[in-house]
Amino acid sequence: MSSEAIRNTFGTPETHFLNHEKGWKSWAFTLDHKRIGIMYLIGVNVALIMAGIFALVLRSHLWSFDGTGPVKLSNEMYNQMFTLHGAVMVFSFIIPSVPAALGNIVLPMMLGAKDVAFPRMNLASFYLWIAGTGCLLAAILSGNGLDTGWTFYTPYSIETETGVIYATFGAFILGFSSIFTGLNFLVTVNTMRAKGQTWFKLPLFLWSLYATSIIQVLATPVLGITLLMLIAEKTMHIGIFDPKYGGDPVLFQHFFWFYSHPAVYIMILPAMGVISELISVYSQKKIFGYSFIAFSSIAIALLGFLVWGHHMFTSGQSQVVTLIFSAITFTVAIPSAVKVFNWLATLYKGSILLSTPMCYALSFIFLFGIGGLTGLFLGALSTDIHLHDTYFVVAHFHFVMVGGTLTALLGGVFHWWPKIFGRMYNDTLGRISCFLVFTGFNLTFFPQFVMGARGMPRRYATYDPEFQIFHQYSTIGAFVLGFGIVMAYSVLLYAAFKGPRCGSNPFRAASLEWQSSSPPDFHNFTHKVVMTDPYDFDTQVYDEELDTYVHRELAQPTKPVEADPQPATH
Amino acid sequence: MAVADSHDTAHDDHHDHGEFIAHHFDSAEQQFDSGKLGIWIFLVTEVLFFSGLFVAYTLWRNHHPEVFEQAHVFLNKYLGGMNTIVLLFSSLTMALAVRSAQLGKNKQCSLYLLITMVCASMFLGVKAVEYSHKWDMGIFVRSAFDFHAGHHAAEPGTLAASLGVSPYLIKLSFIPAILLVGCIVASVIGKMTEKPLLSKFLVGMAVTVGGYFLGVVVGQVFVAATEGGSHASVVSPTEPLMLHAMTSEDGDHQAGDGEEHDHAEGEKHDHADGEIHETHHNEHHDDAHAMDHGPDPSKFDRDIGTFFSIYYCMTGLHAIHIIGGIIALAWLYWRSLAAHWRPDYFGPVDFVGLYWHLVDLIWIYLFPLLYLIE
Ligand SMILES: [Cu+2]
Repeated sequence: MSSEAIRNTFGTPETHFLNHEKGWKSWAFTLDHKRIGIMYLIGVNVALIMAGIFALVLRSHLWSFDGTGPVKLSNEMYNQMFTLHGAVMVFSFIIPSVPAALGNIVLPMMLGAKDVAFPRMNLASFYLWIAGTGCLLAAILSGNGLDTGWTFYTPYSIETETGVIYATFGAFILGFSSIFTGLNFLVTVNTMRAKGQTWFKLPLFLWSLYATSIIQVLATPVLGITLLMLIAEKTMHIGIFDPKYGGDPVLFQHFFWFYSHPAVYIMILPAMGVISELISVYSQKKIFGYSFIAFSSIAIALLGFLVWGHHMFTSGQSQVVTLIFSAITFTVAIPSAVKVFNWLATLYKGSILLSTPMCYALSFIFLFGIGGLTGLFLGALSTDIHLHDTYFVVAHFHFVMVGGTLTALLGGVFHWWPKIFGRMYNDTLGRISCFLVFTGFNLTFFPQFVMGARGMPRRYATYDPEFQIFHQYSTIGAFVLGFGIVMAYSVLLYAAFKGPRCGSNPFRAASLEWQSSSPPDFHNFTHKVVMTDPYDFDTQVYDEELDTYVHRELAQPTKPVEADPQPATH
Repeated sequence: MAVADSHDTAHDDHHDHGEFIAHHFDSAEQQFDSGKLGIWIFLVTEVLFFSGLFVAYTLWRNHHPEVFEQAHVFLNKYLGGMNTIVLLFSSLTMALAVRSAQLGKNKQCSLYLLITMVCASMFLGVKAVEYSHKWDMGIFVRSAFDFHAGHHAAEPGTLAASLGVSPYLIKLSFIPAILLVGCIVASVIGKMTEKPLLSKFLVGMAVTVGGYFLGVVVGQVFVAATEGGSHASVVSPTEPLMLHAMTSEDGDHQAGDGEEHDHAEGEKHDHADGEIHETHHNEHHDDAHAMDHGPDPSKFDRDIGTFFSIYYCMTGLHAIHIIGGIIALAWLYWRSLAAHWRPDYFGPVDFVGLYWHLVDLIWIYLFPLLYLIE
């Protein structure tokens, strides 16, 4: 390709990964990380919709304390509803959401690479995701549902007649899907960085994905074996967890949380990475404290392995252990706060552009702040005894998981959407969706803090009349939140098909993925990437002819653009 | 990793060295480094996967050391020892296979791979003998544990009876038998339809499956030799206690006052599992008590059953990994026959080799932990 032709692709490329092959087979058997990422994005959002509907049914049931609300579930149905909501949300949506969907699309491009290290394993990961989610849902289709809560605590999970085996097997498979993604990312970041891209020239999103991958690889196998042992216990009664046969049910809790606490960081770390990118790009200011943010990701990943016992303060573990777990839990707050302060310092005196992704990013900081700080209430021994298993806990982790991860996912999707489809969304409608998500979310979960502190226990189908007003706020909020999310995706879908064309780098971002065309070529780049600091926005200059920002070196028509030594062959 | 993209195979055909370099790698070196790091990370996940079982083992051994002492005598350490040697030998041949692949000696490599696969199947054959032997005696997992000394006599007229082996062994050997016949038939068909590579590969697979039956035969001989045809000699260390326990097993719940008292004590102790030290104390007391008035059979069964729960989980999971290893080795064997390895491209052999060494290593831990308890 001539240098002029390469330059022109920054405007509108003729062939790109979306049109270079057509037909369903070109998607189903693709090894292209971008296509796999898009399929993942569709998949996790289908899971989000399903689990979201379960949540709305739940909230409708809780409208009134005496069962006069719009939806009346039996107690058994209620149990199944919150279990499926939790299990699908955690295992099928949140865990793969940012890494497997956004990460898959962006990670190789941020490295200037053509693909992840193991493309077939990447595709296998997606099909395992489908199989695992299918198994989770088979629990419903089996006719018995699932009523253990997403935690599958023994001994109840051994005794119940519901589809625990389907669901745990599904979670087992989803675990492998997650391991494959993590393994792939670790290797890709290690061996496939562009020439001259040192570790400290990586965008912070990659540092957080790297830390996430470490957790995925180290923690998930433990969940795998735990779930297998639970299945063996349920089918053969091997007597390891089942007290009826001399087993220890608390051992299950230890195993489960050894995975599931680090899993919380699988959910939140990639979201923090997205926020680091958004905050910096939309205030057009070099990220403050790069190495602190980078190392805090690693610190969170490692500390996350040492705090699982804080879920078991009331399970009868020894006082000394409880004290130690509580203390280490507090230390996790330090790297988390390091990130928040660095984001705030980045915003300070930046030229802030309040476009949709930035609105989501700012919502994230606010909501994650509350979610994180209320975690300290629960990590402190004395308050936890009071708040344990109340709506306070529910509100806390929804502030982190939804206020954190979901908000960051939406922000990230808005940010990279023009890169993926080469079309721009309607910014005003996007901002309205963010406003709805933010208000709806707060209306849903803020009252739950109050309820929880006043003693409303979680997972109950009925409640005392004094809590009704809070439950009603919460139910209204849930519908607003749901509407906001639907609106966000409607805006995005419309943009993908009908939005105005945009150039390769409409937001003046500096990380390498913006040096490709929008949508990117099948091989990601048709030229040799120009190594640059991902947060040095001065390198990007506005090109009037192409109506987009282009890297200084690529923009000079006099200087020939170096074509890729291994050009694409189509 | 082979190229899976049609564009690139077309493109790479022009290069001599690009044949096995996937399109997204810049060089063979980068591809090899990625594979190597990938397999090492995978091995880490494998170790962690087994770790849950090792933790369960450690906890149980700490809480109930006496159970492990009493139960391990049911495991034949000669069979286990032989399997250890078989696996160690297979590790050697695997290492030699890697070496020959590095030198581009495909024929030699395929031979070493074949020996490795035969060893792996032989290991499974011996394991099948061990498992069926235990099932014959009613040694199952915790809830199904129902020990009775001596073998279930196979029903007269059945295949098991005429061969003088356990009916469970016949059932276990069913799939390998089908595979063996299938491989031989398919290989003959391959020969007739002039697909020499396929035919050769299938002969190799038939030999591999034959290894299983070699293991079965050797295992049976070992059992006969080391246990003198009867199980009693092996259990001898705890025989009086065991036999007593087993013979008074029937109708344990309708037993007299004294026994019911013992029973209740056993139950109570079971529920206090968490407090290790006190439990231990009671344990010895209980046991001494039990010796005087006859042991509490229900308690005895339960605890030994848990040992075997752990035993079956650990060795079963390990056996699944052996089967996975055989499948991976078969893939390498196919590619060796097709002469794919060159000094600059031998990654897959190296990576599967690492996996194989890990599977061996896990057995090296399992063997003493389960078989050699003193
Ligand atoms: Cu936690």
